[in-house]
Amino acid sequence: MAELLWLIPALPFAGFLALALLGSRMPRPLVATIGAGTVGLSALAAIAASLALAGSAGAEEGITRTLWTWISVGGFAPAVALRLDALSAVMTLVVTIVGFLILLYSTEFMAGDEGYSRFFCCMDLFVGAMLTLVLADDLLLLYLGWEGVGLSSYLLIGFWYKAEANVRAARKAFIVTRVGDTAFALGLALIATQLGTLRIQEVAERAPLFWGAGSGMAVAAAALMLGGALGKSAQLPLQTWLPDAMAGPTPVSALIHAATMVTAGVYLIARMHALFLLAPVVMGATAVIGAATLLMAGLSALTQSDLKRALAYSTISQVGYMFLALGVGAWSAAIFHFMTHAFFKSLLFLAAGAVSMRLRGEHDMFRMGGLRRALPGAFWAFVIGAASLSALPMVTAGFYSKEMILERVWSSPRGAGWLWAAGLIGALITALYAFRMVFLVFFGEKRQETEGRSGARVMFPLAALAALSIGGGFVPMSRGTWEAHALPLTLAASLASLLGIAGAWFLFHRRRGMTERLAGSPAGALLRRFWAGGWGFDQAYDALLVRPFVRLTRASREEFADPYSKGVARTAGALHHLLSRTVTGQLRWYAMAIAAGTILLIGMAVFL
Amino acid sequence: METVFDISAVVAVVATLMVIAQSRAVHALLYLTVSLLAVAVVFFTLGAPFVAALEVIIYAGAIMVLFVFVIMMLNLGAEAARQERRWLTPADWFGPAILGAILLAEMVWVLASPQSAFPAPAANDPRAVGAALFGPYVLVADLAALVLLAGLVGAYHFGRRSAEAGEGEAP
Amino acid sequence: MNVPFQHALALAAALFAIGLTGVLMRRNIVFVLMSVEIMLNAAGLAFVAAGARWGQPDGQVMFLFILTMAAAEVSVGLALVLQFYHRFKTLATDAAGKMRG
Repeated sequence: MAELLWLIPALPFAGFLALALLGSRMPRPLVATIGAGTVGLSALAAIAASLALAGSAGAEEGITRTLWTWISVGGFAPAVALRLDALSAVMTLVVTIVGFLILLYSTEFMAGDEGYSRFFCCMDLFVGAMLTLVLADDLLLLYLGWEGVGLSSYLLIGFWYKAEANVRAARKAFIVTRVGDTAFALGLALIATQLGTLRIQEVAERAPLFWGAGSGMAVAAAALMLGGALGKSAQLPLQTWLPDAMAGPTPVSALIHAATMVTAGVYLIARMHALFLLAPVVMGATAVIGAATLLMAGLSALTQSDLKRALAYSTISQVGYMFLALGVGAWSAAIFHFMTHAFFKSLLFLAAGAVSMRLRGEHDMFRMGGLRRALPGAFWAFVIGAASLSALPMVTAGFYSKEMILERVWSSPRGAGWLWAAGLIGALITALYAFRMVFLVFFGEKRQETEGRSGARVMFPLAALAALSIGGGFVPMSRGTWEAHALPLTLAASLASLLGIAGAWFLFHRRRGMTERLAGSPAGALLRRFWAGGWGFDQAYDALLVRPFVRLTRASREEFADPYSKGVARTAGALHHLLSRTVTGQLRWYAMAIAAGTILLIGMAVFL
Repeated sequence: METVFDISAVVAVVATLMVIAQSRAVHALLYLTVSLLAVAVVFFTLGAPFVAALEVIIYAGAIMVLFVFVIMMLNLGAEAARQERRWLTPADWFGPAILGAILLAEMVWVLASPQSAFPAPAANDPRAVGAALFGPYVLVADLAALVLLAGLVGAYHFGRRSAEAGEGEAP
Repeated sequence: MNVPFQHALALAAALFAIGLTGVLMRRNIVFVLMSVEIMLNAAGLAFVAAGARWGQPDGQVMFLFILTMAAAEVSVGLALVLQFYHRFKTLATDAAGKMRG
């Protein structure tokens, strides 16, 4: 099986190629079969490979397969090599299984769209690139996948490209993540020049030998890696693109902007943890950024009226948890939370999509309400997702992963009490906004009638993801987390979650009028606008970066070098007009010119 | 033999000059035939009787007949000849004549230069030509056959759509 | 067979120059084609003269090829002349100036 590791990313790429070349001429069922089927086969291959890995003797080291060497220059030889170990196996399984479920869902969700084959084409490209990223054993190949997911994210955010706002959102996402990508690329260059290799294992071995703990080079390299991770994972200060990225279709938001791509930064840091251990300052910064992001985005999520934007802020906040875990060195906790988050967040997105599908594309929560009876399937899916998101004690997967993070933050030597407190407050806010969505959408008075009904291809992924959101916490990764001294911490985390849910019930269901009055008061309205607008980051970036840049470009539109370059063009144009006079269309003139030239040449040969 | 060469050379040059100076196509064609026959004699004096025969048969025979057919078909009368005369203004022939004179001067200059002193030519018989043609040059001979076929097809294609079709046979 | 090689080449040069002049001078396509024939013939003459000079059959073989080519060229060319006359009602090459561009 290990020999067939390349099949895992190759299958979605094959689907992408088939759809890109012939998709527009295929009938829709075939498009759906190829689009979802290749990812499904890839998921089967991933399961088989993971089982083979678990059964093999070298499960600790993982298996590496070098397909070919890219170039070999002066001892530096980046290879196209795939590596499957515990970390990449988890990522691969989540990407392929969740990806398959979401694509299955999309076959019905996108049924009425004219860009049906384009959608599956881009989705397959995304899955292939994401699997390349995850399985890469070489940082250069990882970077290739990294840019590939960025590209497909761009294509899918702007999927409905006829509306200008969507195109703008796609561009914003691309440009903002580019800031992080540039940092990542610089980090790669630094590592390649200093350590002479980009093989992840070799980097991990050589970094401690070449660089001392806390040395400038190690800090610089780790900080640049962190920069890349911040951009891709939408963390402070590069988080502004993710809420706008909801312009894409809902399955895209579920797969790319919730479950998989935004966690690429988490994966990168976990992959490079040997490097980060050498740079304690950067680790501290990671933890602080994670904590700040989770609080800030949680508060923003609390004030959104758009369902998908609320989920987007929630994603930022949950990824913040993962960064917090990474910052204190709890690598496996971060990856565990990544996994459970992928399950429940894609479940939430898909349930939200199922709701808006039945409400003619409505996304405003304040115009929904009372849908509990009309949409029981979506309701229960959403409730399970929200419960897992708010870490409802004991029964949900989200509880185990979040509890694990909080416990590690408290007990780790790198952790701190105030980081733990931030995480705990975040857990409270999470439960509050999660059930705010539940109560606004599914309870209260009914505002709109539903139409149509959801088919099996929508309901089956919801059911499967709901099962994973509940049962995903009992995977072997959670083994060994139950320690006696952690009991008070567990209690605190459970209490925060329950308190949040109760608060949401009180504020947004029982005493909804009071809450609205509170939000309507001048101070409340101001705070609300501030939070809902993402804490003014967009305006600040606009004023500090975009507008000065635009002004600068406008000022330098007429460059001093222009007359020369334009002069060249003008000379060429004048010569063209001169020469075009010779094109008379008269045969004798041409023959004369040819003869004269030949005679001249012969004359030169004879007389010179 | 040299006298024969000189006479036929003079005939060839004069006849050729008449070809390009004539205003009636049929007259020009007759002069061209004379020129070709003169060149055939030159070939004979150069010791190439086979080629001389071909020159008479194919050039002066077949190709010229083709010209005659076309000129007949175009039915160019006295009006066309008058028009030719109008077209042949000094401004028209002066430039080309100068160019041609320069070219001739260049080539004569080369021939007159000292290093082109050669021994007398030796004859070679048609048997050797045939052996060479179907020996080392057999591939080119095949290509020539293809060129003829292409000419046949091309002429047929171009001639087909005109009302007076049927003149497109390759010789 | 004691014709000087230079004389034969000089004759070929003269015929070629006259043919070139004809091509450049005449407007009538039929005359242009005839002039082209003259030039081809002159080139063939040069080949035959050279072959005779070196006692090799190759010159004559080349003349045969030139002959073949001339035949093909004339047949296609004359077919074109007929089409040309059919379309433009004239034989002046200047009428084809519509290709100008």
